[in-house]
Amino acid sequence: MTQVAPEPGATAAPFAVEALGLGKVFNPGSPNQVDALVDIDLVVKPGEFVSLIGPSGCGKSTLLRLFADLIEPTGGSLTVNGKSAHQARLDQDYGMAFQQSGLFEWRSVERNIELPLELKGWDKAKRKARSTEMLELVQLTDFATHMPWQLSGGMQQRVAIARALAAHPQLLLMDEPFGALDEMTREHMQAELLRICARTGTTVVFVTHSIPEAVYLADRVVIMSPRPGRITEIVDVTLGRDRDELTREASEFFERVTQVREALRGIELAAGARGIEDR
Amino acid sequence: MTQGRRARRVVMFVLAFALVALVWEGYKAIGPEEGGTLFGVRLLPRTGDRAMPHVWSMWNRLWDPEIRGGTESIFVVVMRATWYSLRVAIVAFVLGSSLGIGLAVVMARFRWAERAIMPYLVVSQTVPIIVLGPLILSLMAFASRDLAAETWLAAVFLGVFLAFFPVAVGTLRGLQATPPAALELMDSLASPWWKTLVKLRFPAAVSYIAPALRLAGAASVVGVVVAEISLGIRFGVGRLILSYGQEATSDPPKLYTAVFGAAVLGLLMAALVVAIDRVLMRHRPREAS
Amino acid sequence: MSLAVQRTDSTRARQLVSAAVPPLVLGLVFLAAWQLWVEVYDVKPFIIPKPTAIWQSLVDNSDLVWKASWVTGVNAFVGLVCGAVLGFGLAVVTNRFRIVSELIDPLAVTVAAVPAVVIVGVLNNMYALDSQIGRRIMVSIAVFFIVFVQVAKGLRQNDPTQMELMRSYAATPRQTLRKVRLPNALPFFFTAIGTAAPIAVIIALVSEYFGGTQDGLGSKISGTLNGSNKALGFAYVVGGSIVGLLFFAGSALLEYVVVPWRRRRRSR
Repeated sequence: MTQVAPEPGATAAPFAVEALGLGKVFNPGSPNQVDALVDIDLVVKPGEFVSLIGPSGCGKSTLLRLFADLIEPTGGSLTVNGKSAHQARLDQDYGMAFQQSGLFEWRSVERNIELPLELKGWDKAKRKARSTEMLELVQLTDFATHMPWQLSGGMQQRVAIARALAAHPQLLLMDEPFGALDEMTREHMQAELLRICARTGTTVVFVTHSIPEAVYLADRVVIMSPRPGRITEIVDVTLGRDRDELTREASEFFERVTQVREALRGIELAAGARGIEDR
Repeated sequence: MTQGRRARRVVMFVLAFALVALVWEGYKAIGPEEGGTLFGVRLLPRTGDRAMPHVWSMWNRLWDPEIRGGTESIFVVVMRATWYSLRVAIVAFVLGSSLGIGLAVVMARFRWAERAIMPYLVVSQTVPIIVLGPLILSLMAFASRDLAAETWLAAVFLGVFLAFFPVAVGTLRGLQATPPAALELMDSLASPWWKTLVKLRFPAAVSYIAPALRLAGAASVVGVVVAEISLGIRFGVGRLILSYGQEATSDPPKLYTAVFGAAVLGLLMAALVVAIDRVLMRHRPREAS
Repeated sequence: MSLAVQRTDSTRARQLVSAAVPPLVLGLVFLAAWQLWVEVYDVKPFIIPKPTAIWQSLVDNSDLVWKASWVTGVNAFVGLVCGAVLGFGLAVVTNRFRIVSELIDPLAVTVAAVPAVVIVGVLNNMYALDSQIGRRIMVSIAVFFIVFVQVAKGLRQNDPTQMELMRSYAATPRQTLRKVRLPNALPFFFTAIGTAAPIAVIIALVSEYFGGTQDGLGSKISGTLNGSNKALGFAYVVGGSIVGLLFFAGSALLEYVVVPWRRRRRSR
């Protein structure tokens, strides 16, 4: 299996993401003030896969958007790939995927994948080569000229992932990308994602509502709690890197899932929170 | 709507017309007297006072007597005509809408009726049926001497004819757009067709009927005005447009007073329809515009 | 994997035929009843002509009908194109300034509420009597407002995921406009054209009623329908209907070709 090499000239920072005392307050000073995140300390090493899980309102999506520089922090420090998050965004050091695939319906699959490359000013031949490579990576080569509406939900998300990785970023940020899919497709996509990340060596921060998903995918599961949003516990998933369908039936897997579930239930009992799926 | 937003709307309304007046006068000041060409096309209108009266002379004319030596100001005359046309248009609107809704119900009930009639309804929206106006009117005259005497009925007739189609199309679409899950629920409750119609289909169709009613409102005004112009009905706005238009060379601002009346007519009708719309949709979430 | 279901051509054809039969039957029944009524009650041709007489008149005067249809059609077309281009362009340019659409809205409402015949009377006054400009301007005005309002609405509605994506790409506002917001606004543009095309024809027709050159369909129709040769008048009406249908079909075809992805979505 060929490794997909990172962009030549990209610097390898010691940490993919380093957050120290990070905080985000919405509407400070007004009656609508929301303490979305408080005192977040999190370090993500290059090549690591980290899941963020927690009940509604715990700030996991907010944290992801802070990493992506889609919103600005109100406290603490944050570096992404050794730079400020803002610079990382300008330099396109990360790719992002959401629950909606956000594909452009008027563009074919391959042109959707080429979008970030167009914005970077790549020429046509280079873009085509890269999109062909990405299509092969997500195993959708036969669908290059199809239109998004002709694909199933799972396939659309594969295109979204291909697009997110098109510029070979070192970091992938994902906000419940499989949330809208049915269970079988979801498990299939999880395996696909692991396979792709093994080939590319990308660092991943993955937000999810699903405990089994969080455990199956990640090296570490970061458990968060709401009001105010903070990190409660971090669970190390010691399942090794070679995971497959059998992993889901391993006792080690169940132990980790239980560990995460109990941590979340502890939060639940403490604050009467809702929103965790027990699937 | 909050007070602030309503006030802003009113301000914008006034501001918009003030701007138009400004552009009008501005062009009059700098534009060529005999009209001109832009990109080789005779695009620019004549700027003489005959062709483009000053905004203030239009305003003043409104308050002068209608005919020399007369006692009534044009404003009164125009408003009276507007009121007349408005009442006729409202009758046409109500009648046309009722018939349209009625037909839509029949078409929703009987599949063959829907399949046979629907293409004609769709075509009616694309084909200029207004040209049939004179024909409709002569048909009416043929059908009954008495009807011919009551010329306002002719105007109603034309208004109904124009208003009926959009309402029929919109209502039918709405009746057919009921969510299947809701229909299945009513079936499971053994609800007869008419009850389902009243309790489910109609309320669900309201968001389609409301915009159709707006079209019908405008259409009934158009029908009434066109009928008045064609038939020379004595009392309405149409007649004023016609006769003042003929006097336009000698007394240009007069025409604009009639236009003012027509604008008031149109806007009043639109306001009425919007009020109906509000009542119909009072419990619905507002569509984000 | 779910791909679009391909219907066989023969079932499609069969469905089309069975859909066309009831209205055709109704139409024929209507025409037959009309014909019978005229014959039985001996309705004079200057009141209502019979369908066969209309057909005859249409055949005999086809060149007259064609010429008049052409004049009106061109007026409608020119007005439609100008109004659409202006409406689209202005909506894009003024998208950044909310106040512009707030000012245009009252004007749009008024123009929609006031019967076109009235505004045309004013335009006739402003322009020389021998040009078609007044009519084309009238059509442009009506089309402009329809297109402007719809495109402005389309530009305001943005898919939040797509906007977040563009932000994550550090895209400039111009890039976002070109690559996301304009394509998203295209379906709205074509909705507007679909509404505006028939209206363009109607207004082109109606604007000929009162003065000005008398060679378009509108003046011919009002002239003949008010006179005694009603069969000819009806022939002109048929011509006008065909023009209207052509415009509608043309705009539907254009939408089908340019905005194919809209076929999949039933968004209002």
